[in-house]
Amino acid sequence: MIAILIATALVFAISGTFAALLLVAERYLVNYGRCEIDINASQRTLSVKGGESLLSSLMAEGVFVPSACGGRGTCAYCKVKVAAGAGPLAPTEAPLLSEDEIRDNVRISCQVKVRNDVRIEIPPELFAIKRFVGTVEALRDLTHDIKELRIALVDPPEIDFVPGQYIQLEVPSYGGGRGEVYRAYSMSNPPSEARHVETIIRLVPEGICTTWVFQHLRVGDAVALTGPYGEFRLSDSPREMVWIAGGSGMAPFWSILRHMIENDIRRKCTYFFGAVAKRDLFLIDELGRLAEELDWFTFVPALSSPAAEDNWDGEQGLITEVVARHLSDGAEMEGYLCGSPGMIDAAIDVLHKKSITDNRIFYDKFA
Amino acid sequence: MILAEAVQSDGGFAMQMLVILVTAGLTENILLTRFLGMCPFLSVSRELRSAAGMGLAVVFVTTGTCFLNSVLYWYVLKPLAAYHVPIESLKLILFIVVIAAFVQLMEMLIERISIGLYFALGIFLPLITVNCAILGASLFMVNKQYGPAASLFYGLGAGGGWMLAIVLMAGIRHRLAKAKIPAGLEGPGITLVIAGIMAMAFIIFQGMVKV
Repeated sequence: MIAILIATALVFAISGTFAALLLVAERYLVNYGRCEIDINASQRTLSVKGGESLLSSLMAEGVFVPSACGGRGTCAYCKVKVAAGAGPLAPTEAPLLSEDEIRDNVRISCQVKVRNDVRIEIPPELFAIKRFVGTVEALRDLTHDIKELRIALVDPPEIDFVPGQYIQLEVPSYGGGRGEVYRAYSMSNPPSEARHVETIIRLVPEGICTTWVFQHLRVGDAVALTGPYGEFRLSDSPREMVWIAGGSGMAPFWSILRHMIENDIRRKCTYFFGAVAKRDLFLIDELGRLAEELDWFTFVPALSSPAAEDNWDGEQGLITEVVARHLSDGAEMEGYLCGSPGMIDAAIDVLHKKSITDNRIFYDKFA
Repeated sequence: MILAEAVQSDGGFAMQMLVILVTAGLTENILLTRFLGMCPFLSVSRELRSAAGMGLAVVFVTTGTCFLNSVLYWYVLKPLAAYHVPIESLKLILFIVVIAAFVQLMEMLIERISIGLYFALGIFLPLITVNCAILGASLFMVNKQYGPAASLFYGLGAGGGWMLAIVLMAGIRHRLAKAKIPAGLEGPGITLVIAGIMAMAFIIFQGMVKV
């Protein structure tokens, strides 16, 4: 009996001592005090609590540097030029930066910890990115695992964006102790609907954000988002276009197409849309009707493995194979892509084979 | 032979420590003869730089934790055995607690002291909290009944041996990049085969020293 008590007390005493030691260490070793972030030669200065990543410090102060992966150091979107105070390059940054960028002091801001005062330079248009609060106006099933989320903006009430750009949805912490996370989604509504943000979201098993949207979010709930971000948009040239999308990659094209119709931009384009089976297709009737009405727009939906009961007589195969079959010579064309990283890589290969050069291929890759 | 005699003839303290160090590192290499700490050995040995960083982190942690655990064992646990406290099972729990806390503390300390060192070695620290080689070294040292001083050298030797093995492996894998490997053996497969061959080279020396 005594032995059990001694053993328990010992484990308690030793674990307790170490826990106390760690708390003390955290209090004094990880405490970096207040640090100043100087943006664009004192155009704006922020005073933040040291010890956090540069990206989250900036976000907390309302400077919205784009980030698609949510600070995990994979998307390399949150590049920021740090003129002073960043410390040595972390091993997690090096693979994401080119030699020129390293020479120019460009850093991956989610991997840089603010340990002292820093001086950074960011494109001034990033100041235009705002945080919006809105309410869920509609949450509609497009397929069994894809939903359309329509948000009515409240404060500020309007968003000014270019079709093809994306927003980042702020996912509050739910079930479990993690803090909020951000996930990037392209807007699917045209800019003329400035009081709304519409996105197309596909359920990712175990995904933090998509699980929240599919299981927790209800019509009428308040949501927050930041944006607009991204360089994906129509070019100024009159060249014929090839659009390639899969699944929820539909979103930016649905925005661009409606924007083109509203503004009477009659640029010839062929839209290849890939899905697995008929149950994964959506907006097909609308797009089919538009393709009949508009002489400059062609729509080619394709299924990679249609189910027996689908009675599918359209295109079959991976979307990249369908593109390869349809396209003869792309030398005077431009490619626009949206989908999974794998699909984008495969599509780039196909477009190269059709002699579309890299400077005429446009995409945003969300990892 | 010289080593073996030194131990048998109960040579000076320095000589004893040297023998423990060399034995732990080479003839009883914790990775290649005990096959402990295989996961980081397989995954971090692709590149020499990170292999060396990981190796240094292991050296650092085994040395520190072997010493701390030895003090804990001889001056706290051992006296309690008289009260029928089950120190054999208790040591397992407490050693792990010590290792986890030590690694956490060191990570914070290194990050504060030197960012350069932190990037070279510190980022590997959280990865090795649960490395079985670290706990293994602490448990073997108890089996061998080493006191705190001997444990310090034993930890240094065991960690150093682990580092030697992973650095050697990184060097081999660097060359492997240009070799033609049967498709089915690529990656971990060929690495395990090589580890086996390396292990034979290390095990050969086992008869030389009896400690």
